[in-house]
Amino acid sequence: MNEELFVSGRNIPNIDPHLHIWHWPIPLYLFLGGLAAGILFFAALFTILGKEDKVPGAIKLAPLVAPVAIVIGLAALMFDLTHMLYFWRLYTTIRIESPMSWGAWVLMVMTPISFAWAFMYFRDVFPNFHWPFKWLYTIEDWLKTYKIWLAWALIPLTIVLGIYTGILLSAFNARPLWNNAILGPLFLTSGLSTGAAMNILFAKTPYERHLFGKIDLGLIIVELFFIIHMIMGYYAGPTAQREAVQLLMGGEFTVMFFVFIILMGLVFPLILETFELMGAKVWAAIPAILVLLGGAVLRFLMVDAGQMTRYLY
Amino acid sequence: MRYAMVIDTLKCVGCSDCVVACQTENNVPVGYCRDWVTESVGGTYPSVEIELRSERCNHCSNAPCVRCCPTGASHIVEGGIVLVTHDECIGCGACIESCPYDARYTHPDGYVDKCTFCMHRVEKGQKPACVAVCPTKCMYFGDLDDANSEVSQLLKKREHKVLAPEAGTQPNVFYLI
Repeated sequence: MNEELFVSGRNIPNIDPHLHIWHWPIPLYLFLGGLAAGILFFAALFTILGKEDKVPGAIKLAPLVAPVAIVIGLAALMFDLTHMLYFWRLYTTIRIESPMSWGAWVLMVMTPISFAWAFMYFRDVFPNFHWPFKWLYTIEDWLKTYKIWLAWALIPLTIVLGIYTGILLSAFNARPLWNNAILGPLFLTSGLSTGAAMNILFAKTPYERHLFGKIDLGLIIVELFFIIHMIMGYYAGPTAQREAVQLLMGGEFTVMFFVFIILMGLVFPLILETFELMGAKVWAAIPAILVLLGGAVLRFLMVDAGQMTRYLY
Repeated sequence: MRYAMVIDTLKCVGCSDCVVACQTENNVPVGYCRDWVTESVGGTYPSVEIELRSERCNHCSNAPCVRCCPTGASHIVEGGIVLVTHDECIGCGACIESCPYDARYTHPDGYVDKCTFCMHRVEKGQKPACVAVCPTKCMYFGDLDDANSEVSQLLKKREHKVLAPEAGTQPNVFYLI
C-alpha cells in the first residue's frame, strides 16, 4: 500500500480541480449529438425503406428537433473551449488518430444536412407557412427530388456521429472508466434509443407509436446487454479499471447508476413498453421520457465519474 | 536524439527548488505548476519507505496527448520533446484527459500548457531550469541515443523505473530507485 502526497506545487488548491475540466457542456453535447443522430438515422432509414406515409412523425416532424439539438450541442461545445477564438484550427487539419477531429468534421457535414432535412419537410409540418422568397421553393423541390441520396448519406454519418460520442471518451486510456471498447457501441445504442423515444413522442398514428415502441424495446435490451458487458469488462481488467468501477459499484455514483440509469432509464421503460405492446393502457409518453432522461444521465455520469479515475495518486 | 531526464530518488530531499525554478524560468502563472514533488510512503510500520519524486511531463515516446489532439497543436519535435503550439490549441481539454500523469493544465490565457524540458535552454546547450538548480544534483538530463551520455550510463548501472508503465506511454523521465 502506497500513500502518496504532494509536497509541493500540486498541493496548491488551484491545481487539482483544474484537471476535472469537462463540466456540463460536454455530456449535454454527447446527449444531444446522440439524440440528433438517432432521430436522423430513423428518418433516413424509413425514407430508404419507402415507408414515408406510414411513419410521417419520424420522417417529417421529429427531424425538426435534430438541427436544434445539434446547434445547442455545438454551442455547448464552443462554450467549453478555453481558447475559443481558435476553434477554426479544427478545420485546418484532419487527424485520423484523434476522435475529436473526425467528430468535428462529421459535425461540419451533419449540421447542414440536418438543417436541409428539417427545411425540406417544414411546409409539410406547417401547411399554412409560406417561404418569403421564390428560390427557397426551388431548393425545397430540389432537396425533395434527391432526398433518397440525402438519406443514404445520413445512414453512415449518423452512425459515425452516434458512435463517436462514445469513442471520444474511450480513446483516453488515462481515464480507466472510459477506456473500454464497448462505450462507443453503448452510446450509439443509447443515442438510437433516445431517437426512437423522441419518435414515440412525435408519433402521429398508433401504428407509428407501436413500431417505435418495438424498436426502442429492442434497443433497450441491447443497451442492458452492453452495460452488463461493460461492467464485466471492468472486473476482468487491470487494477486501474477494477478500482474505477467501484465508483459505480458501491462508490459515490452507485445510486445515480442503478436508480437513474438502470432502473428508471432502462428497466421501467422496458416493462412499460412491453405492457403497452401487450395491449395494456400505458401513456406512451412516460417510457419515452424516461428513456430520454436515462440517456442524458448516462452521459453526465460517465463524463463526471470518468474524470475521477486515474492511474497515479 | 532522444532527450530524457533521470532523477535519483535516493538523493532527492524534496526541497521543491525545481518547482520554483520552473515557475520563475517559464513565467508560470501564480497558482499553477509544470512540475511538482510527490512524497510516496510505502510499506508497513516499522519498515516504511519514503520515496521523493520530482514529477513533470514525461515526454512520452507514445504520447496519448499528441494522439488525441484534434488540431495537431500537441506535437513531438526533434529529440522527442512534446510541445504545445499555443495558437493552434483550442483549449478542448482532450490532452488533459488523455495524460496518465496529469501533467497538463489550462493556462489562464486559454491554451494548454506544460513542461517543455526547457527547450529554449536546451537549444542553447544549457540544462533545463529544474536540473540546473537542484541543490543535491539528483537530476540529470541528456540524450539516450548516445550510449556514453550521463543519462545512458546511469540507466545502465542503476536500478530504475518509470511511472505508470502499464499506461503504455513509453515515458522518457526515469527514476533511479
